[in-house]
Amino acid sequence: MPPDLVEAIAGMREEEAKALAQEALEAGKDPLEVLEQCREAMELVGRWFEEGKYFLPELIMAGEMLKTISKMAEPYLKQGSGPSSERIGRVVIGSVAGDIHDIGKDMVAFLLEVNGFQVHDLGVDVDPQRFVEAVKEFQPQVVGLSALLSTVLGAMKETVAALVEAGVRDRVKIMVGGSAVDEGVAKFAGADGYGKDAVAAVSLAKGWVRG
Amino acid sequence: MKERWTQVGPEAEERQEQRFAAWLSGEGLPFSRDEAKEAYRERVTLLKEAIQLKKPPRRIPVCPSPGFFPIQYAGLTMYQAMYDYDKLAQAWRRYCSDFAPDAYTSPSTIVPGRMLEALDVLFYRWPGHGVGEDQEYQYVEKEYMLPGEYQNLIDDPTGFFLSTFFPRVFGSLKPFEGLPLLPGVNEIPCLPPAMAPFGRPELRSALEKLMEAGQETVTWLAAVGRINQSVMAQGFPSFSGGFTKAPFDLIGDTLRGTRGVLTDIFRRPDELKEACQRLTPLMIKAGISSCRAAGHIMPFIPLHKGADGFMSDQQFRTFYWPSLRKLIIGLVDQGLVPLLFAEGSYNRRLEVISDLPQGKVVWWFDQTDMEEAKRTVGRVACLAGNVPLALLCTGRPDQVVDHCRKLIRAAGRDGGFIFSTGAGMQGARPENVKAMIDFAKEHGGSG
Repeated sequence: MPPDLVEAIAGMREEEAKALAQEALEAGKDPLEVLEQCREAMELVGRWFEEGKYFLPELIMAGEMLKTISKMAEPYLKQGSGPSSERIGRVVIGSVAGDIHDIGKDMVAFLLEVNGFQVHDLGVDVDPQRFVEAVKEFQPQVVGLSALLSTVLGAMKETVAALVEAGVRDRVKIMVGGSAVDEGVAKFAGADGYGKDAVAAVSLAKGWVRG
Repeated sequence: MKERWTQVGPEAEERQEQRFAAWLSGEGLPFSRDEAKEAYRERVTLLKEAIQLKKPPRRIPVCPSPGFFPIQYAGLTMYQAMYDYDKLAQAWRRYCSDFAPDAYTSPSTIVPGRMLEALDVLFYRWPGHGVGEDQEYQYVEKEYMLPGEYQNLIDDPTGFFLSTFFPRVFGSLKPFEGLPLLPGVNEIPCLPPAMAPFGRPELRSALEKLMEAGQETVTWLAAVGRINQSVMAQGFPSFSGGFTKAPFDLIGDTLRGTRGVLTDIFRRPDELKEACQRLTPLMIKAGISSCRAAGHIMPFIPLHKGADGFMSDQQFRTFYWPSLRKLIIGLVDQGLVPLLFAEGSYNRRLEVISDLPQGKVVWWFDQTDMEEAKRTVGRVACLAGNVPLALLCTGRPDQVVDHCRKLIRAAGRDGGFIFSTGAGMQGARPENVKAMIDFAKEHGGSG
């Protein structure tokens, strides 16, 4: 196995990372091992992001490299032998009704995945009812609501209310975040916590699944 | 190539004074009574003194960003505001007379819906067109410029906008793809190939749509002009006028999108830097000409992709700041006062952005620590901000007042401060807006 793949990805050397992965796969290395190295690199990137050494550009680049290499590995994987790394919890996430912004929400979803969560991303402009259905279907421990616009804070509150109404509110912890959101909004909406950034969101979610 | 806009020229000071004098005169405004004129002059003076940092104003000027708040306060939907200019006018007058801020903001961002329809605007959703009638318009972020197109943009920015970008974002202007390359039209044999596209039905109908959009805009502009005149005649100057963008944001917000521009930092660093430099003179011109059209001295420059978290300090210094600083110097050179609206937080940028001439710009912060800002960039520039929008939307008046007191203590001493909100106040509770403005006006005395 090329031991440099982790370093190349984490060091943002995209072309080198792709070449190393291609080489390894063509040489008949176990594709699961290649993917495991990607995961290790993602962990490093996530840690450096948390430490303030890396920022949004590195997070996005790492995500893109992961996507490319996963696609390269696909034909080499035996049917049903996808990576089965253990997940520490499930999160349903989305931008609330009326808001079509996704960058912040995507970053949180990405960092949650890197940290071992299974994330069900409902996308943007998500109606309260779709959150309710997703909670019933995926049985997450955590629900994440995102808002960039100050005019959708009411929709955030309605989403929490809909979960109460459906009788599933107590099964989940709800975190809110986004440019329009702060501690006060969390209280206003009836959420359990506010995450200032993607790192804070991950630590909230981790705290909750650990109990 | 000659290095331009590294420092302000010797005439900047005089030009700024002249522009302030013209603004202060209120010439041509139909003041209803002498007190209104007096109030107008007093308010412009508060702003001038806060900006120039020569002596503290009598009290802190209170200039919240109304955003779409006046519309909701008047009980209108966003759709009504974008389609019924009389209703828009009523909403704006009512906001000013009920809350009496020291400066208002022209409703020029409440753009006419029928203009958007004529152009078949694809890069925004607006009320009744992709978002509900009671919702604000929202930008649809996409790669409107592909990674391989940097060189085309660098070679000919205007041509790129006209015949590549416009056809992608305006459905009605798709035929602009066939526009001739303008510098290619020079000698007589070049004329027929340049003229031919204009004779074809596709381009003709695109031009008709463009005229239709223009006509609606002229009607709207006249209405907005009347609104501005009548509000100013009551004694309220406008907080800003004119608009331009940081070159990096023009690329990141509009052309490449967030993901695009942030990955270009690694994949196409040289082209990205060159494109920022190439767009700088155009963004300076856009600032100057839009200020001329608005009759104002403070071009609004919303800053997006350079915020904390969006990039490292090193990336900010390499990719974002150099062209933004040139833009600022270019505008200051003309005597204009850039209103730099730093969305998100700028706590990591305070040192870098302090590298500016004294008393020439306003740094308007959203979520930045104002005490720290006062200690750093506050030495060279007037600060504005930053009552949090979330507090105004979900808090109580006593919490708002508490925050305002702390804010004035942190940023208000010795002048150099314009009291404002962290962002446009859409969604705010009226009682919070009232509490904020009243408190700040009463407790913003200097010293």
